[in-house]
Formats: sequence, structure tokens, C-alpha cells
Amino acid sequence: MVYLLIIVSAVLVNNIVLSQFLGICPFLGVSKKIDTALGMSAAVTFVLTLATIITYLLQKHVLEAFGIQYLQTLVFILVIAALVQLVEIILKKVSPSLYQALGVFLPLITTNCCILGVAILVADGTYKLPEGMEPNLLAGVVFAIATAIGFGLALVLFAGIREQLRFSNIPKGLEGTPIALIVAGLLAMAFMGFSGVV
Amino acid sequence: MKSLKVILNGLVTENPTFVLLLGMCPTLGTTSSAINGMSMGLATTFVLICSNVVISLIKNLVPDKVRIPAYVVVIAAFVSVLQMCMEAYVPAIYETLGLFIPLIVVNCIVLGRAEAFAAKNNAWYSALDGVGIGLGFTFALTLLGAIRELLGTGKVFSMTVFSENYGALVFVLAPGAFIALGYLIAIVNKIRKA
Amino acid sequence: MKGDKNMKLESNFKNMVLVLTIISLIAAGVLGAVYTVTEEPIAIAKAEKQQAAIQQVLNGFDRLEDETVNGLLVHKAYQGDAFVGAAVESETNGFGGKIKIMVGFDKEGNIIDYAILQQAETPGLGTKMVDWFKTDKNNQNIKGKNPEKNKLTVTKDGGEVDAITAATISSRAFLAAVNLAYNAYAANSGAPAVNVVSGATQHIATDSVASAVADTVQVPTDSINALNE
Repeated sequence: MVYLLIIVSAVLVNNIVLSQFLGICPFLGVSKKIDTALGMSAAVTFVLTLATIITYLLQKHVLEAFGIQYLQTLVFILVIAALVQLVEIILKKVSPSLYQALGVFLPLITTNCCILGVAILVADGTYKLPEGMEPNLLAGVVFAIATAIGFGLALVLFAGIREQLRFSNIPKGLEGTPIALIVAGLLAMAFMGFSGVV
Repeated sequence: MKSLKVILNGLVTENPTFVLLLGMCPTLGTTSSAINGMSMGLATTFVLICSNVVISLIKNLVPDKVRIPAYVVVIAAFVSVLQMCMEAYVPAIYETLGLFIPLIVVNCIVLGRAEAFAAKNNAWYSALDGVGIGLGFTFALTLLGAIRELLGTGKVFSMTVFSENYGALVFVLAPGAFIALGYLIAIVNKIRKA
Repeated sequence: MKGDKNMKLESNFKNMVLVLTIISLIAAGVLGAVYTVTEEPIAIAKAEKQQAAIQQVLNGFDRLEDETVNGLLVHKAYQGDAFVGAAVESETNGFGGKIKIMVGFDKEGNIIDYAILQQAETPGLGTKMVDWFKTDKNNQNIKGKNPEKNKLTVTKDGGEVDAITAATISSRAFLAAVNLAYNAYAANSGAPAVNVVSGATQHIATDSVASAVADTVQVPTDSINALNE
């Protein structure tokens, strides 16, 4: 039940893109078509979950054990970069079909700030949990997966709107990025309706 | 003369926010007020200048294939230095900006300038490029922050312009960030074309 | 820009590993150095913030004693040997994350003042808690109220405090933290012998526990001359 609360909170109420402002670059960059949006979401979910587990364990058993938390940013970004490379190599060998679907998105993920952001939030235990619950690995993983789903949801919804937008008459000055941002703003407004649910 | 040109390039011609559309996360996430936007811009400027200088100095010592990881390590080191210094000397600002400070590491502007400019130019011009791009970013964030603060709460830099009751609070919230930036970019595009 | 491709180190395995290792080691070394330099200022800044908050929420004391009650840190304030009140650090989950506050109580358990230590509420809405609950307007002000006598929950929940406009969740969380703080205050309050079993504190619905304990608390304070309001 508490995990359900974490999921609802991370997917809808505190959506990573639309209310936390993380992962905006891919949100604006790969949202022109629903297909690519789906691919990107899958890749993010995959990497985010793995990265969260690994960085959490590193934080607890290495950084905190040796009192070198100040290396957190450095270690985390290296782990994420290495992980993305590793996932790319393994996918290529093990499942070429999956690699074809996700491959192009993987290099983009290293600089997706929602990966590093969530990794830091989970490692520091500063993400939002239901009342009275202490942060632990399972909660962190659930939070990471839910966040990734929230990212995917926002991305796919946005891509769907942008596909329709191509057939609309847009004032000349607003073409391109401006209208995309305004649409994102309206989407964020819709998501604000969820506030208070959890 | 070239020095001035390098700085102006970052401020105007290749303004990271309005023209290159890079670093959108902190642009939207930290601009709920003018002062927050400015703090974030200056923090990023610090990292930009330092990493640009160091990367331009070590560019010939780094084998091509590992240059990106090497650059990332340099950037991450400076971000951590900044993080610790801010926590020690300006704890209030550090707390407001929160997660967005460590996330400077993955700000595409920083790595982008390292790759596009510092890896090809000497330390002096790289520093200037850091200043130019950094100030361009700071200017954009301060402007967006000021607009959101004014429309949302009737204040600019916490000084009251009109009563808070007439403010449209939505501009301080998440949707307002997207919408204000959208219109701002549209206006900048218009000015640039003219 | 001088055709530097051949000046660069070759991308063979040895060079790559060597360069990356050296850069990482230097980076780690620099960070270690900066850490040792900033460690003390960071600790000082944190302590100063805590001290400033205690100064703000209490008045007229010359000595503090710290005690942990129900998992909350209680700074008991004394003037000479007389107990004059306590500042309690309390926390709950707000709308955007943890809310940490410091609440000052006088020796009768009335709220003197509060300070927000940490919050991540929505700017312009929940963040208003910084001064909302000490502004004299309608039923906003909680200063001078006593959580035992006054029901400190939002009016929507049958309490007597006006919630921040459009930020009921933040308001609820804030008031829950205040009530938690009061429980800790009541369970300890200058009479360290009075110790209440913890565990009953995580919910707002512990008002009854709080008031039951508060009765025992009145004993030592009654004998002291009133030093502040």
C-alpha cells in the first residue's frame, strides 16, 4: 500500500518533468513522434532503475563507510556514464532487437539530468515518502521506477500533442520551441490537478 | 578585439538559453524568483570558467577516445568544489538551489562548451568564453526569474512593484515557468530577426 | 587551432587508462583538500543557523540543555536554575518534501515563536509558512497559543487555524510538526524524570497523550516566578 502511494506520488503528483523540472532536454528533444518517445522512455526506465540500485549501494557501502560523501557527484556521474556504456555493449550482444529499439537513445541518457538527480535523491534519502516511512533500497527502487514511468507518461503525452500540433495553425512567432514550451506549460497545469491526491 | 568578440558571442550570438536552447532544467527549475535565477546563473558561470580553463590546458594530454569521460571528471570536480564552498559560505542560497547545484554536472552547456570551444582554444580565450556564455546564461535566468516573480507575486528582487493580490500565482508555479519561457523565446526570436 | 591532432597523446589502451586514472586521482585529491577546508565553516554555518533559530523562538534564557525526546531534539532553556521554556526541533512530510521546524514554548507550553529550518514547498504557496502562521490576520497566528488548549489543526479539519491559501497540505504538515513538537516538549519540559514512552508520537491524533503529559509538566513550572509572558 505504501509503495502504491510512492508510485502515485512520483508518476502523477510530483511528476519529474512537469513539476520537478528534471529531464527537460530529452522531453523537448525527442518528443516529436510517439515512437521515439516510447523508445526513450523505455531506455530511461532501464538505466534509471539500474543506476539507482548501484549508486545507492555505493553510497551506503563505500562513500558513507569511508566518510567520503564529498566524492558523491564525481562517483555517481562516472558510474552512470560507465553503466550506460555497459548496457549498450551487453544489449548489443544479448538482444540485438532490443538494442535496435533503444540503442540510439542510450548515449543521450548520460546527460539526462533526471538519472543523476534521482540517484542523488535516493542516495541522500531526500525524496518524498509516505508519512513515517524511512528511506530504504526497496522504496528507492520503487521511487526510481515510478519516476521513470512518470517521465515516460509526460513524454508520450507531450509527443502525442506535438504530433497533432503539426496540423494546427500556429502564429508565426510561436512556431517551434515557443509553442512546445507553452504546450508543456498547459500539460503541467493539467498535472497540477493531481496535487493533493496523495 | 577578439577577446571582446568571444565574450559577446556568448552573451548575444550564442546565448545558451535563448539561441542554443541548452540547460533547460535549471532554467525552468530555479527561476521562481529573480535572485534564485541569478544565483544559479553565477554558480554555473563559475563552473564554466574553471572547467573551460582546465580543459583547454589539458586538452593535448588527453587521448581522443577518453576525452569526454576526462572532461566530465574535471567538471564534476569543480561542481563538487562549488557545492562545498556554497554550503560553507552561502548556506541559504545552497539550500534554495538544492539538487540543481550537483546537476550542473549534466548541464549540457558546460560539457558543450568544453567540447566545442575549450578543446580547440587556449586558456585565455576559453576563460573568456566561459565568462561570456556564463553571463549570457545568468542574464537569461535573471530575466526569466524577474518576469515570473513580477507576474506571479508583483515583486522584482523582493521589491514590491504592485500588490501581491493582483499577481497570477501560476507564473511562480511549474506551468508558468514553461509558458513564460515560451513567450520569452518567441520575443527574443522576433528581436533577433529585426 | 594549430592542427593539434598529432600533438595529442595517442589513444592506446595504456595512455587512456593512465590519463583517466591520473585525472580522477587529482580530482579526488583536490576535493579532499577542499573538503577539509570547508568542513569547519559548514559545521559552523549549520550550528549558527540552529543557534539563530533558538534565539528567535525563545526569550530570556542564559543556558541551554539538550535532550532527545520521542526522537526529537529538545533544547531546554534555563535562566539560572529556573526552567523558562524549550525550543523543539520537529519534522514532518510536507507537500514537496521534509519540513523541519523549530518551535519555542514558554514554561506554560504556549508557543512563543517558530522558525522554519528546512522546507521544499511550492514557492509562493507552501513557502509562505515562513511567516504565515505568525501574521496577525484572521485565525492565522499561532503565537501565544497552547496546543493543549487550542486545537492547532486547519479549520477544514475542525481546528482553529486558517490554512495557507491554496496550500492546505503544507499547512497540515506544518501544524502536525507543531503538535509533534509540543508532545516532545510536554514529555520532557525541564523535568527530565518525566519520560513518556515513545511511539505514540508519529500522528497528530496524539493530542490526548500530549495533554495528559502536560499536566505532569505544570508541576515544576508553577513554583517558578513568571519571567516572561
